[in-house]
Amino acid sequence: MSNNNVETFYDDYVIRKFTVMAVVWGVVGMLVGVIIAAQLAFPALNFDLPWISFGRLRPLHTNAVIFAFGGCALFATSYYVVQRTSQVKLAFPLLARYTFWGYQAVILAAAISLPLGYTQGKEYAELEWPIDLLLLVVWVMYALVFFGTIANRKIKHIYVANWFYGAFIIVVALLHIVNSAAIPSEWFRSYSAYSGVQDAMIQWWYGHNAVGFFLTAAFLGMMYYFVPKQAQRPVYSYRLSIVHFWGLIFTYMWAGSHHLHYTALPDWTQSVGMVLSLILLAPSWGGMINGMMTMSGAWHKLRDDPILRFMIVSLSFYGMSTFEGPMMAIKTVNALSHYTDWTVGHVHSGALGWVGFISMGSLYFLTPRLWGLKQMYSTKAIELHFWLATIGVVLYITAMWISGVTAGLMWRAVNEDGTLTYTFVESVKAMHPFYVIRMIGGLMYVSGMIIMLWNVIKTVQMGQATPARIPAVAAHA
Amino acid sequence: MSDFTSNFWPIFISAIVIGGIIFCLVVLFVTSKSHDPRHTGQSTGHVYDEDIVEMNNPMPRWWMWMFIITCVFGAIYLFLYPGLGNYKGALGWTQANQYDQEVKESNDRIAPIYAAFTAMKAEDVAQDAKAMAIGERLFMNNCSQCHGSDAHGSRGFPNLTDNDWLYGGAPETIKETITNGRHGMMPPMAQAIGTPEDVKNVTNYVLSLSSSTHDAKLAALGKDKFTACAACHGADGKGNQAIGAPNLTDDIWLHGAGEAAIIDRINNGKSNQMPAQGSRLTPEQIHVLASYVWRFSNSAKAQ
Repeated sequence: MSNNNVETFYDDYVIRKFTVMAVVWGVVGMLVGVIIAAQLAFPALNFDLPWISFGRLRPLHTNAVIFAFGGCALFATSYYVVQRTSQVKLAFPLLARYTFWGYQAVILAAAISLPLGYTQGKEYAELEWPIDLLLLVVWVMYALVFFGTIANRKIKHIYVANWFYGAFIIVVALLHIVNSAAIPSEWFRSYSAYSGVQDAMIQWWYGHNAVGFFLTAAFLGMMYYFVPKQAQRPVYSYRLSIVHFWGLIFTYMWAGSHHLHYTALPDWTQSVGMVLSLILLAPSWGGMINGMMTMSGAWHKLRDDPILRFMIVSLSFYGMSTFEGPMMAIKTVNALSHYTDWTVGHVHSGALGWVGFISMGSLYFLTPRLWGLKQMYSTKAIELHFWLATIGVVLYITAMWISGVTAGLMWRAVNEDGTLTYTFVESVKAMHPFYVIRMIGGLMYVSGMIIMLWNVIKTVQMGQATPARIPAVAAHA
Repeated sequence: MSDFTSNFWPIFISAIVIGGIIFCLVVLFVTSKSHDPRHTGQSTGHVYDEDIVEMNNPMPRWWMWMFIITCVFGAIYLFLYPGLGNYKGALGWTQANQYDQEVKESNDRIAPIYAAFTAMKAEDVAQDAKAMAIGERLFMNNCSQCHGSDAHGSRGFPNLTDNDWLYGGAPETIKETITNGRHGMMPPMAQAIGTPEDVKNVTNYVLSLSSSTHDAKLAALGKDKFTACAACHGADGKGNQAIGAPNLTDDIWLHGAGEAAIIDRINNGKSNQMPAQGSRLTPEQIHVLASYVWRFSNSAKAQ
């Protein structure tokens, strides 16, 4: 806390790159999502070509939206937030640049290798071992930059957003190393280090914590900075932050086995997963309450601030998904919902509603500031994006709820003579109209994203990359 | 079999699960109790990035209760059900027992419905409208995935309506097929037959047996080589149902018709399997189902 501070400017160079790429990958990933949604409704669209068949495009879609879109948005915002809330420039600026190019290389390698059919066969962890190793290197650099910046901070307390970003960085490293452990046999082939039900358990410990730490904790970090900033309101309760952070961090770790209810997984493992998933409800809602209550007092701003609207809708979807999740983890509910589109709807209410909306809101906040402007090129376009995205999500998830519950009920309907009332193909036929609705919802969502890309390009052209001065540390801290 | 390799792990698991739940509650209580109501609505004094302030507000009471209730529910659940390592739970519930119980209940419930047909001959069951309605549902649930909703099959999956049987079409044989499944195996025969030329000739001879499109000259040359095939398919090529060797004279080709397809089969052989249904259906259900399948090829007789 010396007065002769030579580092007078924040290091936003790499943040600008990540910001633009987040939007670009968002368009790409969501477009692939619409294509596979169309393939599910109209299988002829696979064109009998292996490279664009559903089985290969689906992992491309999930990797592109989660890791390319979500990941770039997290890199951009975490680098931004950790500097602002520590009031110090990024540690290891060169490493920060390497994380950008390294991470883009990982994404590019995924975009090539997945359509070619190279996969480890693990959901959300499909990438083969050479790409896994590259990602590991990038992640270690990321951790050095992030925690290095925290270590250099000029503010005594570590801001709550950084707790969440920090937990995300540490846990994702742990998940990635453990779940991707494999024995390579060729350059692009390997065999999992685990077998049988252990492999399944490791996979879903990974899978659910990818949701918990990548798609939840990290985006809560985003929420904790950009919501109070955009609403210009104080964070509602520091105490709530503490309790819901620790509750979330502990319980998520144990929830993964609810993906394997009624399987070869031992009974005790299933019970533990279910119980801790239920306990997860309150810690999850803590984040929603803190965000919502932070906005209270600023409700009037929602009328003409579409960015704030993105944020409030994202928190609403977060609250809804995190209620739905524990409910679906209850074994009796899971017996109906498992293997149906209900799961797909649940994931997308979290991914499109929560992750998508909070990222879009934050990126709309970030973009003009990074290019020395007060606001985006077109506020009307943000408005249009908001409505397209909102209607798109609602169409998507209601279609999947109806489709999922219908299929689940059809599968379990039994005749007096012990036979099933419906054949499988009848349930597929019943789902078809909802697949079309889902495709339309997805189309609206990606249209909004394309408008965002246009708006971002216009804003960047209009503005100029301006270095931001590090303000003097407030007297209190 | 134990789920654990040593006594350490069940204790480890239980300690973390119970300890974790207690940890959540302790953090909740300590954070709540340390709050001074006079500080409600006031800042904690933390300021970040010039204008982000954190308030020292209490946690919402309803939210704290929700947290406590889920923890208490969890504790009760872990008392009643298996969860804490080797502890079996007060109810002694296991998913395997629940499954067995539900299957047994279902079988007991449906038994009287099928009992009416078990004493009847399959041929008679095939004429019973109620039995055939059940048979159709059994077929749709269990057979149509491969043999098609109309039982006409497709490449690799036999047509069940054409009175051409690999293993025989008597009701008892059909029952055996359904119960135990079938595994058809033809070894690669190219070496036994000779040169690729010979394979082509014998292929044309095989095609000639069913008067399919063939080259008569090549067929004549291939006739002698057919002895290698005759061991299973018979000297006349009419097959052998005892070992599931197909009849080659009826122009029905399970794995594709024409010269190229048959050459491929001679060169590479074929292995084709129907899974056993005995563990999924009761003998009484299989009796009705076999009658239903038998009826496809015997509807005239059954009428």
